[in-house]
Amino acid sequence: MKRHLISAADLSREDAIEILDTAAELASVSSRPIRKLPTLRGRTVVNLFYEDSTRTRTSFEAAAKRLSADVINFSAKGSSVAKGESLKDTALTLEAMGADAIVIRHGASGAPHRLAEWVTGSVINAGDGTHEHPTQALLDAFTIRQRLGGPQQDGDGHRGTGLDGLRVTIVGDVLHSRVARSDVLLLSTLGAEVTLVAPPTLMPYAVSTWPCEISYDLDRELPKSDVVMMLRVQRERMTAAYFPTVREYRRRYGLDVGRMALMPSRAIVMHPGPMNRGVEIAADVADSSRSTIVEQVGNGVTARMAVLYLMLGGAEENS
Amino acid sequence: MCAMKPEQRYEARSGPGGSGGWKAVLTPEEIRRALSRIAHEILERTHGGEGVVLLGIPTRGVPLAARLAARIGEFEGSEVAHGSLDVTMHRDDLRLRPARALQRTEVPPDGVDGKTVVLVDDVLYSGRTIRAALEALNELGRPRGVQLAVLVDRGHRELPIRADYVGKNLPTAQREMVRVLLEETDGADSVVLGQQAAGEEADPR
Repeated sequence: MKRHLISAADLSREDAIEILDTAAELASVSSRPIRKLPTLRGRTVVNLFYEDSTRTRTSFEAAAKRLSADVINFSAKGSSVAKGESLKDTALTLEAMGADAIVIRHGASGAPHRLAEWVTGSVINAGDGTHEHPTQALLDAFTIRQRLGGPQQDGDGHRGTGLDGLRVTIVGDVLHSRVARSDVLLLSTLGAEVTLVAPPTLMPYAVSTWPCEISYDLDRELPKSDVVMMLRVQRERMTAAYFPTVREYRRRYGLDVGRMALMPSRAIVMHPGPMNRGVEIAADVADSSRSTIVEQVGNGVTARMAVLYLMLGGAEENS
Repeated sequence: MCAMKPEQRYEARSGPGGSGGWKAVLTPEEIRRALSRIAHEILERTHGGEGVVLLGIPTRGVPLAARLAARIGEFEGSEVAHGSLDVTMHRDDLRLRPARALQRTEVPPDGVDGKTVVLVDDVLYSGRTIRAALEALNELGRPRGVQLAVLVDRGHRELPIRADYVGKNLPTAQREMVRVLLEETDGADSVVLGQQAAGEEADPR
């Protein structure tokens, strides 16, 4: 395992499968009477959040606490950052307090990469600008493997297998989505065939260099998809008009019951959350049995436990 | 009680791992007899295997637990519950090397509450694995009692732990290494004893 987790591209297929296998084992912990393991006792994990987040921050917090690590939550609001402290000074301060790992969410793409150069502990990217969100990709991969990973060998949680041959369609605001980039990188590393579907205005620059297919027609892609992942329309990041009206976006790229009927019967619907019900996803689709949205939240804790365990649980490889 | 005559104990026999300074100390036949005896002893001590759960410690404790369960089934006509218990997250030497992949924990559907749990491992050495297993077990529930069965006890305990059922007591020097090879994991059954190469780290068990 690497010392930092900045990008989904840092993970080889072996690394990714090791994380998924570890997560599969750790999943049983949440069903036990005592949902805690002593493994990271005495280690400190700092949640350094410069952007609002409920699910990712609480998910990392729950994951660290289930492994008995001490958790320090630090949000930029109401801290010295509001007084003008730089990222570097904040990081060095936190490290002087004994942080073994820093989980960072930042509005600027590349902030975790810079941070990793300044600190001696591990850095885990919990979302940077419109760049990446690798732990979200890991929990998505874990959810897909659990639901569609083929026949299990005596209940082994698909140990050692990737996502070979599965077709994943990612739909929506790819331009502003850090989840889309991480998902494309990780899922293709694991052998899935990924297709991005979005209005031309919401496709990122140089998307043709990504390891995936591009399409502008959702109805044509749905019948051949095993997984349909809807992305949130990130209006808070939109500085220009990317589509005429919400109604028009919904008509061409929103997932409603009629569109869901075009999908193969075993195909699943995913969404990284938070959802805009009625925009990219209809309420009855989000609440249907084919939607894994709530499952993804639970798997998020498990996948992050696996990452924390593998990064902090043992001695460093080079020591 | 051991099925082996003393003079046979250190006789050199080349097993599957026999090359390169390894010598076999238990043959497949002797392993089979030792497991049969342990199965009988478990039945005796637990009054017919009532409420017994066999939990193997990965890697090689797991097939041993399955074999013991099958053997008890042959003798008594009813199989006892068996599963596996991974102790990685509870080891005291985690910080000494890179994080290890987790093995499977599989508890029989009835759980361990109120049961007599027999932990099964291949080699008993420092006792640290068993300490970790006791802690891991604690998180799964509250058994009525916990016992320990091992195929080989090689001595050199570092903790106050002893086995209730021993396949074979094997006096060893600390620099010697003991490996249990099983059909399920290694292709053939045998127990081999070897010298530790210079500079090589001691077997953690």
